[in-house]
Amino acid sequence: MTTLPGNLTEFTLAEARDAVRAKKVSSKELTTAFVKAVADARPLNAFVTETPEKAIEMAMASDVRIAHGEARALEGLPLAIKDLFCTKGVKTTAGSKILSNFVPPYESTVSQNLWNAGAVMLGKTNMDEFAMGSSNETSHFGPVFNPWRARNSNANLVPGGSSGGSATAVSGNLCLAATGTDTGGSIRQPAAVTGIVGLKPTYGRCSRWGIVAFASSLDQAGPMTRTVRDAALLLKHMASVDPMDSTSVDTPVPDYEAGLESGVKGLKIGIPKEYRIDGAPPEIEALWSNGADWLRAQGAEIVEVSLPHTKYALPTYYIVAPAEASSNLARYDGVRFGHRARATDDIIGLYEKSRGEGFGKEVQRRILIGTYVLSSGYYDAYYARAQKLRTLISRDFTEAFKTCDVLLTPATPGPAFGVGEKTADPVSMYLNDVFTVTVNLAGLPGISVPAGLTANGLPLGLQFIGKAFDEATILRAARATEQAAGFAAKPAHWWRAA
Amino acid sequence: MSVDKDTVRRIAKLSRIALDEARVAPMVDELNGIFAWVQQLNEVNIDGVPPMTSVVEQRLKMREDEITDGGNANELMANAPQGEDHFFVVPKVVE
Repeated sequence: MTTLPGNLTEFTLAEARDAVRAKKVSSKELTTAFVKAVADARPLNAFVTETPEKAIEMAMASDVRIAHGEARALEGLPLAIKDLFCTKGVKTTAGSKILSNFVPPYESTVSQNLWNAGAVMLGKTNMDEFAMGSSNETSHFGPVFNPWRARNSNANLVPGGSSGGSATAVSGNLCLAATGTDTGGSIRQPAAVTGIVGLKPTYGRCSRWGIVAFASSLDQAGPMTRTVRDAALLLKHMASVDPMDSTSVDTPVPDYEAGLESGVKGLKIGIPKEYRIDGAPPEIEALWSNGADWLRAQGAEIVEVSLPHTKYALPTYYIVAPAEASSNLARYDGVRFGHRARATDDIIGLYEKSRGEGFGKEVQRRILIGTYVLSSGYYDAYYARAQKLRTLISRDFTEAFKTCDVLLTPATPGPAFGVGEKTADPVSMYLNDVFTVTVNLAGLPGISVPAGLTANGLPLGLQFIGKAFDEATILRAARATEQAAGFAAKPAHWWRAA
Repeated sequence: MSVDKDTVRRIAKLSRIALDEARVAPMVDELNGIFAWVQQLNEVNIDGVPPMTSVVEQRLKMREDEITDGGNANELMANAPQGEDHFFVVPKVVE
């Protein structure tokens, strides 16, 4: 009998799948261990809602199926779900006061796909309000803390955002894997600063139905996991074409795990020169060149490429995303669902007060930006110009992919930072997504993979960007990097003593 | 281009967000900081560039226009902050 990890919560998703299938551990035992880990980790504030009873009930149902030889692909495996995915009968807040009592009467397609594959739900994870943030500090339910701390320091660090609760839950062994969503980097950026793998699929690969909308032309759901193999496994069961989302794409979902170990021999890896930014810490530069060296040593060819409009991506994003958000968030009016202000005697006052009380500062700021750039007299100067820039950014990638198969970049401009360190200056906060946001604007797939530690022991990630619907190749390159990097560091479980 | 207090009040009104008067001046600064930063987009020549309409090339899917859902009034009302029978209740709109 193969040895199981000393603690069941240390399993990877793929290991747990194999162990549960081989009946070495029951789903109930596994789920019970994670339910306890979640409860013990409340100081991290990773979950908005814990669903322990539902988890045990789902696990017991899975054990019955396993006993009958009817195990499905993710049978009995406990996952955490970002609180942006609507879950039937389970509160879904999007990290906002305005939805703090919202209980959806329907299930998102992505989460339904996971339950149909047999997965177990541990709860809903904390996040930046409406996914607007890069540090999980805009949540109505308070900040999430990164399981990692700098060497010889007790200072709490942010887990990145907006999928900060999911990142912390995976990194801190509070679940086997989690779902995230990524509009400008919200899966890949928190994954990088918490030492885990995060994949944003091609726009249209996963259905957006039942995911609370932020910027509909950019939003995409994806897996957050401890290994590249787990990302391949989870994505396979999140993705689907869906009649409820007309932008979901009707191409078959490949078995991403199958080609994972094929290596990078002969693969052309592009290094975009514009991703060398002034003032980036030398550790990021070093990590990036290590990444190229590892792949070269395994037979890949490294080529320099140019993405000339890279520096315009973030400002373009901060026009396009708020514009779409101002429209999407118009539905929160205090009438049909969500927070409603008291003591208003006219309908406009009801809207204004409900929205004034229900939305936090960052969300209000972005709605105002979006309203302004779409308003008469400013539309051409801002929104129309940004949409044209988006075409140029997308063309840059098309050109680059004529000479390479996949791009290698750093995932973030630096490691996790301190809670409260960047909240005063919106633009400095936005810059955390400088390496991830281009991918959303062009609709391409990107993956962040842990690749090293800073001198003071904090994780850093590398990013691979692929051609549309070529998730298989970025997974393969990420797997080769994972092996070469041998990233085995784990955060100390300091919160258990608290 | 920069915004002033009146502009912030006007876009807050258009956005249907009650903004505390104390938030107006800080919001002017925050928005001007962001707009100053996005000004760099004006450096780029966009003559003849079409605006992005869809990131993934695909045809808009068509389907039959038919009733596929409904009859869920109780579920729809379950989250209403104020409702009576199957009606949402709002302040008086018409005098």
